Amino acid sequence: MKDPVDVLIIGAGASGAAVAWSLAETKMHILCLEQGGWMNPAEYPSTGRDWEAKFYGEWSSSPNVRGRPEDYPINDDNSPIKVVNYNAVGGSTVMYTAHWPRLHPSDFKVKTLDGVADDWPIDYDALTPFFEENDRIMGTSGLSGDPLSPLTHPPMPQQPMGLSGAIVGKAMNKLGWHWWPSDTTVATMDYEGRARCINLGHCTPACAQGAKSSTDITYWPHAIRAGVELRTHCRVREITTDENGMASGVVYYDKDGVEQFQPAHVVIIACNGVGTPRLLLNSKSNRFPNGLANSSGLVGKNLMFHPYAQIYGYVEEPTDSNRAPPTCLWSKEWYDTDLSRGFVRGYGVQFVRGAGPVFEAVVSEQKGILPWGEDHHRVFRKLNGHRLGFSAICEDLPEEHNQVTLDPVLKDSHGIPAPKIDYTISENSRKMMEHALARGREVLETAGATDICINSPIPWGGWHLLGTARMGTDPNRSVVNEWGRAHDVKNLFIVDGSIFVTSGGVNPTSTIQALALYIADQMKQRLANLFD
Amino acid sequence: MSADNLTRTQRDDLRTIAAMIVPASDAYKVPGADDPAIQADMLATLGRDTKLVAAALDHLARLAGGPFAELDANRREAVAQEFRKVGGAAAATLVRVVLQCYYRDDRVLRSLGLELRAPFPKGHVLPDGDWSLLDPVKARGGTLRRAP
Ligand SMILES: Cc1cc2nc3c(=O)[nH]c(=O)nc-3n(C[C@H](O)[C@H](O)[C@H](O)COP(=O)(O)OP(=O)(O)OC[C@H]3O[C@@H](n4cnc5c(N)ncnc54)[C@H](O)[C@@H]3O)c2cc1C
Ligand code: SF4
Repeated sequence: MKDPVDVLIIGAGASGAAVAWSLAETKMHILCLEQGGWMNPAEYPSTGRDWEAKFYGEWSSSPNVRGRPEDYPINDDNSPIKVVNYNAVGGSTVMYTAHWPRLHPSDFKVKTLDGVADDWPIDYDALTPFFEENDRIMGTSGLSGDPLSPLTHPPMPQQPMGLSGAIVGKAMNKLGWHWWPSDTTVATMDYEGRARCINLGHCTPACAQGAKSSTDITYWPHAIRAGVELRTHCRVREITTDENGMASGVVYYDKDGVEQFQPAHVVIIACNGVGTPRLLLNSKSNRFPNGLANSSGLVGKNLMFHPYAQIYGYVEEPTDSNRAPPTCLWSKEWYDTDLSRGFVRGYGVQFVRGAGPVFEAVVSEQKGILPWGEDHHRVFRKLNGHRLGFSAICEDLPEEHNQVTLDPVLKDSHGIPAPKIDYTISENSRKMMEHALARGREVLETAGATDICINSPIPWGGWHLLGTARMGTDPNRSVVNEWGRAHDVKNLFIVDGSIFVTSGGVNPTSTIQALALYIADQMKQRLANLFD
Repeated sequence: MSADNLTRTQRDDLRTIAAMIVPASDAYKVPGADDPAIQADMLATLGRDTKLVAAALDHLARLAGGPFAELDANRREAVAQEFRKVGGAAAATLVRVVLQCYYRDDRVLRSLGLELRAPFPKGHVLPDGDWSLLDPVKARGGTLRRAP
C-alpha cells in the first residue's frame, strides 16, 4: 500500500492550484491528482492556419464534442445551457476568457438585502486579502478606481481600448451609462516570466503566448517548486472513509488505467461545480448511502450557471474582430436590484470585441444573415470585422431542482458514472435576460449597429459551475461550513465553485480562487485542531 | 484518410452544394468553394466530421431523388433550399466544413485584406485608444451598494 500523504487535492484547475500553493508553506506532504495532463502551448490552435476550425473539434470548449481521453462525458440534454470546461493541469483556466471581475460586497448578503436565496456565512471583507494575493499571482491588468465595482489594484495597466472599445465607450457615454475597462488576467506587460499579450485574439481556447494567466503557468510552477507533488492522468473514482466516518483516501485510475488506492489524512476537492458533486455522489458507502457529505441532501443541488443574454450587431466602422483579446470593457449599470425592472438582483455586462472570419461566416450563416449564392461575398464583407457584442451575465438564484446527479447509463472511459444535468432558466432570470437584451439593443443601435442577432441563453455557455455543495453554518441547509470543511466529514474540504451560496452577476473565477486561498488560510490557522 | 470516406457521388455533390453556398466571384476576385484546392482541403481535413458530412450528403441525395450534382439548375436550387431548411445538425456540419476551409484559403483571405498566417507568433497591434472617453463615467461617479 502507498504511504499516506498529509493532504490530497483532487483537481489541478483554478482552485486546486491556489489551495496547493497556499498550503505548500506548511511543508506537509501535499499530493494533487489530476485527470488531465500538462499542456503544450506549441500545439495551441493559434499556432496554425486552421486555428478557427479547431474550435469545432478537438479544441471545442464542450467536453462532449472534444472527447479527449482526459475528458468525461456530461449528459446535459435536459438543460438549455450546455456545460463547457477543460480537464488538464490548469483546469478550465486553460480555456477561459480571462475576464476578471469579483463578487461585490452586496452579493454576500442577498437574503438580508433582497429577501431571496441565502446570505453567505462569510462576507466580502473576509476575502479581501485573498483577492489581492490572487490578483498578484494570477497577474491581472486593469484600471483601478471603477466607481461601481469593488476597489482592485491590478499590477498591470488595462488592455488597450482598441477600435471596439472606443465604439462601445462612445455609445455608452451618449446613453449616460456606466462602463469601465475590465480587469482581466491578460498580461499587458511582461510579468513574472509571462510574456505580454500580442493580441492573438484566441484567449479561448488557449493562449500560445502565455500572456493569459492559466494556473499551469502561474500557481503550479510555484507550488511544485515549493514541494507539492502533482500526479497527472490520474482520475479519482471515489473518496473512501474509515470506521470513524473520516475520509481515508481515494481510489483512482493511474495513467495506465490501473486502479490505485492513495491514503490521505486530509482530502480537498477542487473538481468544479460539476466534477465535485459527481465525485461525492459516487463515493457511496454503508455509512454514506446517498454519497459523501450529503446528509443535507444538497450535494449536486442548486446548480447555478449564469445564463448569458448575448446580443450583437454590425457597425460600419471596423472593429477589433479577432485581432485582440475578446475581453475589453464591462458595465455594472444594471448590477444591483431595482424592482421597477420587474426582477430581483441584476447582471454585469461584458462587451465583446468581435470574431474571426470562419466563426463569423459559420455563425452568420446559421443565423440566416449570410446568404448562400451570389450575394454571399458582399454581405460577408459587411459583417466580417464589424461585429460588436454585449453579453449580460445574469445572476442565477439557487433552486434545488437545478441539479447534478449521476447518469444511470452514461459512463466515462473508466466506467465511472457521468454527471447528468437538469436545469431550467427561472422566470426571474428570463425577465432579467429580456431586460439585458433590450439595453444591449439600445447600446448597439446607438453605436449604429444593424443586423442585430441574439443568443439568449448562449447555448454553449455553461462555463460558470456554481452552488452544488454550498457553504453555510446550518448542516441541514449546506454541505460545507464557513471555512470549507464538510459538515459530515471533518477532514474533507471543498474549495471550488460548488461552495458558492449565490452567484452574483459576474464571472466567478477571481472569487473562486480567493475562496480557495481563504480556506487554505483557515486550515493553516487551525492545523493543531483541524478535525475538532 | 477522409477522402476515401466519401464516395465519388458524395464528392460530386459536396462540390456542387459548396459552389451554391459560396460561388466564385470576378468582382471580388475569389474562387468558389468548389475550387479544387479548397475541395482538397475539405476532403483532407474532414476527420471527425466525416460521418455527419456523409450523412448530410446522403440526405441531399435523397431530397434530390438521385445524385444532386446531376439535377438541372432550377431543381438544384429548390432541393438546396429544402436541405438548408430541414437538414439539421448534419447539414449545419457540412456548411461549417465548407466555410471553415473556404475562409482559410490564401486567395480568399487576400481578397478580404487579411494576412496569410497563423495568429501566433506575430500577433496584432491594437490602438490604445483615447481614455479621456472615460471622463464622463468618472465625473458621474456612483457608489457600491452597501452590504450590512
Ligand atoms: C470557455 C470558457 C470561458 C470562461 N471564461 C471565464 C472568464 O472569462 N472569467 C471567469 O472568471 N471564468 C471563466 N470561465 C470559468 C472558469 O474557467 C472556471 O470558473 C474555473 O476554472 C473553475 O475553477 P475550478 O477550480 O472550480 O475548476 P476547474 O478549473 O474546472 O478545475 C477542475 C479540475 O479538476 C479535474 N478533475 C475533475 N474531476 C476529477 C477527477 N475525478 N479526478 C481527477 N481530476 C478531476 C479536472 O480535470 C480539472 O482540471 C470560463 C470557462 C470556460 C470553459
Ligand atoms: S489575445 Fe493576448 S492573452 Fe489572448 S491569446 Fe492572444 S496573446 Fe494570449
